Amino acid sequence: MIGLQHYLVVSAILFVMGVLGIFINRKNVIIILMAIELILLSVNINLVAFSAFLGDLVGQVFSMFVLTVAAGEAAIGLAILVIYFRGRGTIAVDDINQMKG
Amino acid sequence: MIDHASLLAVLPELILTAGGLVLMLVAAWGGDASSRVVNLLSVLTLALAGMALSTSLANGPDAFDGLVRADAFSAFAKALIYGAAAAAILLAPRYFSTDGKERPEYPVLILFSSIGMGMMVSAGDLLTLYVGLEMQSLAAYVLASFMRQDVRSSEAGLKYFVLGSLASGILLYGASLLYGFTGTTSFDGIAIAMDDGVSKGELFGMVFLLAGLAFKMSAVPFHMWTPDVYEGAPTPVTTFFGSAPKVAAVALAVRVAVEALGPAGLDWQQIVIFVALASILLGAVAAIGQTNIKRLMAYSSINNVGFALIGLAAGTPAGVAATMSYMAIYVVMTVGAFACILQMRDAQGRPVESIASLAGLSQSRKGLAAALAIFMFSMAGIPPLFGFWAKFLVFDAAVAAGMTALAAFGIAASVIGAFYYLKIIKTMYFDEPAAAYEAKGGAVENIILTACAVVIVLGYLLNPLLDQASAAAAASLF
Repeated sequence: MIGLQHYLVVSAILFVMGVLGIFINRKNVIIILMAIELILLSVNINLVAFSAFLGDLVGQVFSMFVLTVAAGEAAIGLAILVIYFRGRGTIAVDDINQMKG
Repeated sequence: MIDHASLLAVLPELILTAGGLVLMLVAAWGGDASSRVVNLLSVLTLALAGMALSTSLANGPDAFDGLVRADAFSAFAKALIYGAAAAAILLAPRYFSTDGKERPEYPVLILFSSIGMGMMVSAGDLLTLYVGLEMQSLAAYVLASFMRQDVRSSEAGLKYFVLGSLASGILLYGASLLYGFTGTTSFDGIAIAMDDGVSKGELFGMVFLLAGLAFKMSAVPFHMWTPDVYEGAPTPVTTFFGSAPKVAAVALAVRVAVEALGPAGLDWQQIVIFVALASILLGAVAAIGQTNIKRLMAYSSINNVGFALIGLAAGTPAGVAATMSYMAIYVVMTVGAFACILQMRDAQGRPVESIASLAGLSQSRKGLAAALAIFMFSMAGIPPLFGFWAKFLVFDAAVAAGMTALAAFGIAASVIGAFYYLKIIKTMYFDEPAAAYEAKGGAVENIILTACAVVIVLGYLLNPLLDQASAAAAASLF
């Protein structure tokens, strides 16, 4: 029988993978965008699992809002990435170093 | 069921939404030529929204079944936010016109960001909190990368976006845990569920939520984006980042801590004390070696957020009132200081950002040097100026709550912080003159500069008003 804790563990694993994807990845900013999506989706799993477990619809409504905002966030992130690429000609994470200190 | 009173309670947001949408169409059809009109109309929209605050208060405090709160606390924060946003719009045209392009999108984006900030400070539910926060952040990411051709600006936008989204994700994860373990997303409901002891899951949720909020107000250990974003973003945008979103994030953190997590007070107090002390110390020490004035202001803002959080750490109504007063005075100082920084232009009118270029300013631009000196002295907390009063209030609240050690440490660290503020004054008044700046500043810049300087010098006359407003704001939370 799959219970609430199984969902929570899956979601926690996805969340940690997302966070690690942002910090360990040194190659490509696109991968960072994917990692951000992973974090938001892990939250959605959490919300829906809790919502089903509690028998309360608010969690599912919340996850709809998260999905919508995630779409907007991805659009803005890609737009910023495009203008960055136009200026620098690269999207490698190690090259994002114009400012330091 | 949407009732009339709820709609009136969010009247400021409705005005900003309608104004922002109409002005976006005007900007789209009018092009760059319309930027002057759009600028003026957006300031007017912000003023209208500010006037609507009284209507919103009269129909509060609860709207939309508790999703939104229109109380004295949110009105206080919104007044500050709208004021700072209007200043950021008014200061911009001169900066953007240096490369011949005025940009009508800028004020519209600030309006959209202001809607988000308004929602943040009047959130009564995790859902409103999240949507408000994202609305503010999404507009802010675009603002940071606003100078598309400038590599530093787009890099600032990219860094802000990546780390900001990570913070939103962390905050959201905390929100989902809080929802799961308390069974509700409303602040009141969470407080009720926590009344009979704080469970492990609730504690985890709380820590994640506070970590996300600490990021948004750039408190240590989640401050690493601040210097890069402040340096890379166009200076008017930095003015905006340094003032309005900071107020919104601190106000939101205060509301969440007091209204939703009130029963877990002893737990979050430790976190807030650590964050406050670390921010004060790091902001003071890391600023010393900076050569870029915008980077220095970034560390200064980290430092100031630390001081503001001391009031929250006290956890008393007096402490919350002190935090809000601190933010009010901080906004005036920041807007004034940036009005000075925006006037740092070489003889050809190009912006200059190095601190070394300020050398000898007291000879070439007496008024500007005096004004910047006033703001720096005030930020350092030198007594006759208003910045001292802000620090006095938070320390007083901390001592009254029995946190003498915290206050003593804060005072010691503020002496370290005074070093780099005084260094700027020394550079302006005692160093060999560097190349002179443009001989005259813009009229709008000078007006805002003078207004802020007058408030900082004569601020004590405003004290009865500020005390009353901040006390009413704090009382509406407890």
